[in-house]
Amino acid sequence: MSRSKVYALLGLLPFAILITGFLLAPLVNMIYQSFQSNEGTFSLEQYINIFSDPFYLQAIKNSLMISIISATVAIVIAAIGGYSISRLSNRENKVMVMITNMTSYFEGIPLAFSFIILLGNNGLFTLLFSQLGLDIFSQFNLYSWIGLIVVYIYFQIPFAIMLLLPTYQGLKMEWRYASNLLGGNSFSYWIHIGIPILLPGIIGTYTILLANSLGAYATAYALVGSTYNLLPLQIGSLIAGDVFLQPHLASALGVVLALIMIVALWINGRVMRKIRRDLD
Amino acid sequence: MIGKRKHLFIVILLSIYLLLPLLGTLLYSLADKWSDSILPESWTFSWYVMLFQDTRFLEALSRSIFVIASSVLISLVVMLLAMFVVVIYFPSKEKYLKLVSMIPYGVPAIVSAIGLLNVYSSSSISIVGTPWILIGSYAIIIMPFVYQGIRNSLYTVNAVELIHAAELLGATKIKAVISVVLPNIMKGILAAALLSIAMLFGEFALANLLVGGQYETLQIYLYQKFSKNGHLTSAIVISYYIIIMVVTGLLIQFQQPGIKKFHFAKLRIPRFHKSQIQKKRVEGDIR
Repeated sequence: MSRSKVYALLGLLPFAILITGFLLAPLVNMIYQSFQSNEGTFSLEQYINIFSDPFYLQAIKNSLMISIISATVAIVIAAIGGYSISRLSNRENKVMVMITNMTSYFEGIPLAFSFIILLGNNGLFTLLFSQLGLDIFSQFNLYSWIGLIVVYIYFQIPFAIMLLLPTYQGLKMEWRYASNLLGGNSFSYWIHIGIPILLPGIIGTYTILLANSLGAYATAYALVGSTYNLLPLQIGSLIAGDVFLQPHLASALGVVLALIMIVALWINGRVMRKIRRDLD
Repeated sequence: MIGKRKHLFIVILLSIYLLLPLLGTLLYSLADKWSDSILPESWTFSWYVMLFQDTRFLEALSRSIFVIASSVLISLVVMLLAMFVVVIYFPSKEKYLKLVSMIPYGVPAIVSAIGLLNVYSSSSISIVGTPWILIGSYAIIIMPFVYQGIRNSLYTVNAVELIHAAELLGATKIKAVISVVLPNIMKGILAAALLSIAMLFGEFALANLLVGGQYETLQIYLYQKFSKNGHLTSAIVISYYIIIMVVTGLLIQFQQPGIKKFHFAKLRIPRFHKSQIQKKRVEGDIR
């Protein structure tokens, strides 16, 4: 290696330090800690505890359920809305892109607060509808499972639309005309042309939504605290307040959460490769 | 055309849905008395006046600005250095830089918080509860976007050829980078910075878990005020949101026509995913 190359390596040093100190070392340490028993010896104790404890199993199940439901509803709304946005004229399209872009930053604590203002116990809509004599919201409790889903769906939608718009731009109007000219109807156009083109984008977006809601912490924390059993909230309650109660257990839960996300992204990669051979 | 009207109808419904929580919060922050009517009985600015007279709020805001500015600056400088070294001296190793830079994108905040607490709450380097751990971890979470932004603009301006040309004209590599390449990719760097700022302003998980009340940032302050006074909290949320709007508005400025080839145009897609989409396009462009 020439001398200048050796000097050049110095330029990589800050990057190496930052990445090691704040990314790799913590991750490796977390994996290592997860394989430690509470007495400090190597063991699978933490994982055995997690998978034999109905409480943690329920947290995993709840997290998966809430992610799947919110991602599914959001992708349907975003697919329809995104298509409509892509069919607007240029100016209206721009306005909508701006609205979705800006609202996609609306999540976490501010979002939870806004929903409390609207749908909480004394929320604007809650009061409005009860005055109008409609008791749609009398059964509705924002600080519960259904409330969480409503809020999760809300923050997934603009996010999903932003992801889907480039895919829709690839859908040329000319193809539809061509399909019509060749005798196809609207249904056959979507089955043979529209959906096959959109599918990779939709599936890709769907997995990202899943991962996004699996790891979401702030929104749920603000709405339900630790009263609802979700995996990120359980991890949070183990490490909150800077007092690290059970570092080994928390580490193992973190590994489990990361693994679930990796599996989701891996399935995504497999499916994408199946549908889009042009990626290879 | 009936089809067009249908799309317009769907889009209007969608935008009402998306804007409703914001509008509700805005009304609430401007309402004086609002108990049992559809619209507030009287309006007031006093919640905002109260908020901006609250030193605790101003301190939290300046703490947030300090942490975000430092981490964005660190991330940019570190990534620029690494990128130039790799692009100039080790172009074949670029995929490793990319791989490493993209890892944070797949690690949720709650997971990285565990590892960070494991490492930094121990005796030797105990920076838990200080802004330094936040700055370090923030610099990491924006890394994928900083990487994408810088890399895309380097390719857009043909950085390697620019450097070769400057060297032919007698400049050293460092001079070529500083006086030729950097000015040309400034827009890309600024766009990456703005995107990172918008993302970090909303960050709560790491702030709460690593530092909490010991170093109260804007989001922590907001959470503390959460259940106290609804009107005041609404004013905080709206102020926070105005910051985000200004930052993303500036970001959109960078995406105006005239710089069509500019790859940040695709960065309108926020967070997480945009890198994936961009990735494909950029690779296609290079080939």
